[in-house]
Amino acid sequence: MKIHNTTGGRIFDAANYVFLSLVGIITLLPFVYVIAGSFATEAEITRRAFFVWPEQFTLGSYEYIFSTPAFIRALVTTVLVTAVGTLVQLAFTVTMAYPLAKRTLRGRKVILSLVVFAMVFSGGMIPTFLLVKDLGLLNSYWALILPAAINPFSLIIIKNFFQELPQELEESAKMDGATEIGILCRILLPLSKPVLATFALFYAVGIWNDFMSPLLYLSDNSKWTLQMYLRQVTAASDLLGTGNVDPAYIPPEQGIKFAVIVVATLPILIFYPFLQKHFAKGMLIGSVKG
Amino acid sequence: MTAPVIATEAGERAQPPASAPRKRGRFSVHFAHYKWLYLLLLPGVVYFAIFRYGPMYGVSIAFKDYVPFLGVNDSPWVGFQHFQDFFSNPDFPRLLGNTLILAFLNLGIAFPLTIVLALLLNEVRLSILKRTVQTLVYIPHFLSWTIVASLSFLLFALDFGPLFLFLNSVMGTNIDFLSDPNWFRPLIVLQEIWKNTGWGTIIFLAALATVDQDQYEAAIIDGAGRFRRVWHITLPGIRSTIIVMLILAIGQMLNTGFEQIYLMTNALNRSAADVFDTYVYFVGITQGAYSYSTAVGLFKSLVGLVLIFGTNALAKRFNQSGLF
Repeated sequence: MKIHNTTGGRIFDAANYVFLSLVGIITLLPFVYVIAGSFATEAEITRRAFFVWPEQFTLGSYEYIFSTPAFIRALVTTVLVTAVGTLVQLAFTVTMAYPLAKRTLRGRKVILSLVVFAMVFSGGMIPTFLLVKDLGLLNSYWALILPAAINPFSLIIIKNFFQELPQELEESAKMDGATEIGILCRILLPLSKPVLATFALFYAVGIWNDFMSPLLYLSDNSKWTLQMYLRQVTAASDLLGTGNVDPAYIPPEQGIKFAVIVVATLPILIFYPFLQKHFAKGMLIGSVKG
Repeated sequence: MTAPVIATEAGERAQPPASAPRKRGRFSVHFAHYKWLYLLLLPGVVYFAIFRYGPMYGVSIAFKDYVPFLGVNDSPWVGFQHFQDFFSNPDFPRLLGNTLILAFLNLGIAFPLTIVLALLLNEVRLSILKRTVQTLVYIPHFLSWTIVASLSFLLFALDFGPLFLFLNSVMGTNIDFLSDPNWFRPLIVLQEIWKNTGWGTIIFLAALATVDQDQYEAAIIDGAGRFRRVWHITLPGIRSTIIVMLILAIGQMLNTGFEQIYLMTNALNRSAADVFDTYVYFVGITQGAYSYSTAVGLFKSLVGLVLIFGTNALAKRFNQSGLF
């Protein structure tokens, strides 16, 4: 390891450390600015080009958004849809993955290949929209949950996980007279808690962040989720709306946009330590198995 | 656990070949044995039938003139009419151009940057620094495109946005980056880099960890410097990972990301912003041309399939292990 200590090597290391630190800091700066801006006065936002600490603290922006019924409604809606959607996705995925993990089950191969085909090819936006419309789900929160109830990738990963659990556990439970459903609930689910927690996080983030489904399926603005609300508030006065910006959503002050962004980001940042740990693992499992 | 269930299980065990019925046994016997499993399977199968295969059947309207009150089944067939209309539409070359340019910018800039960042992180011996940088650069991956777009609106906001002021003062201009069509692509690529480069390093870092350490020691003894080691050992060591990721990226090339593009599109930058995904939305959902937009979407999916199988075959020809 002598070569590593050459002058050239040391210069490279130093430059690399400085560069990577800068990359990290630059990644973070937009958040710092938005958080600082959400506590700043309107005058400061327009006067100072960039700041990471407001000169004068104010909670005005937060007071405004938390006294806006449309915002509260969007926030509550999003929390509920995320919670119910996560449970539905978990339930659908686990109940389907368990039978598919049994190699002796007839019809299993056909179903699995149909699942894989659905991974490669999908009907696309318009046929899915028409289906949701024909089912009478437009402007229903179920339209945000049901069309995505099972992700084929996570179904296959969970199926593989069940398949790799030791068979002896199930067999001895069967000897004791347990049913298949009993085995699933009392033996497999407790054993797969960490995996299921990972997928629960995965689903929750996906639903919380979803913008396309509410855009397609919820035209009634009293039903909007947080992402739709955020879009309206931040796009409004910027000439940006694609034609359908409701003037009622144009915020009176810039600071309000900052505050809405912070509130929409906060849950993700709070869960981030768990996310980072589990997602990194999940991504690698997916790549190995997929 | 209910009484009848126990009875069934007990009855089953009394039969000669206890647990699994023989392969070619009667299906009714097999079904009776596995009825709880089939019951569990039911919701998932119904889901796939309705929400995955339903829309696939609905794709048939690409070859029909879809009339809402007639439904998918009874609308009249028109053959390839919608495809012909699309290919002869002046929108087509523009959409194809915009989609391909964005795709190649992402492949040519964001993809190599991910590998470079992974290589640089891999060279870090100070584990606290490595972990801190990783923690920071992974964060944006978890944010929605709505948040990324909103952050961009604020950072580039006319007259007060920090990046609006900074870039314009550096260049001595007064450009509204958010509505100028020339700045649409740089903005999209910048967002993509900020959001996904860090996260994309995970897979390459995992591959880098598997590179044989003995080779490095041998190379050091032979007098190879830092860069030569990266060039001759590290990069060849992760070549198959790079190829697999490249195949995946090319297969996804036409999926420019509906949410991102839609959120950054406005009346002034549409000449550069319109891509297949958003076109399907604008023509299909807002203008109600369901059949025509379905044909556009189908064209895009088929080209995507050809791309992924094509690059895979190409990778195999060059004696690399492909994806499948």
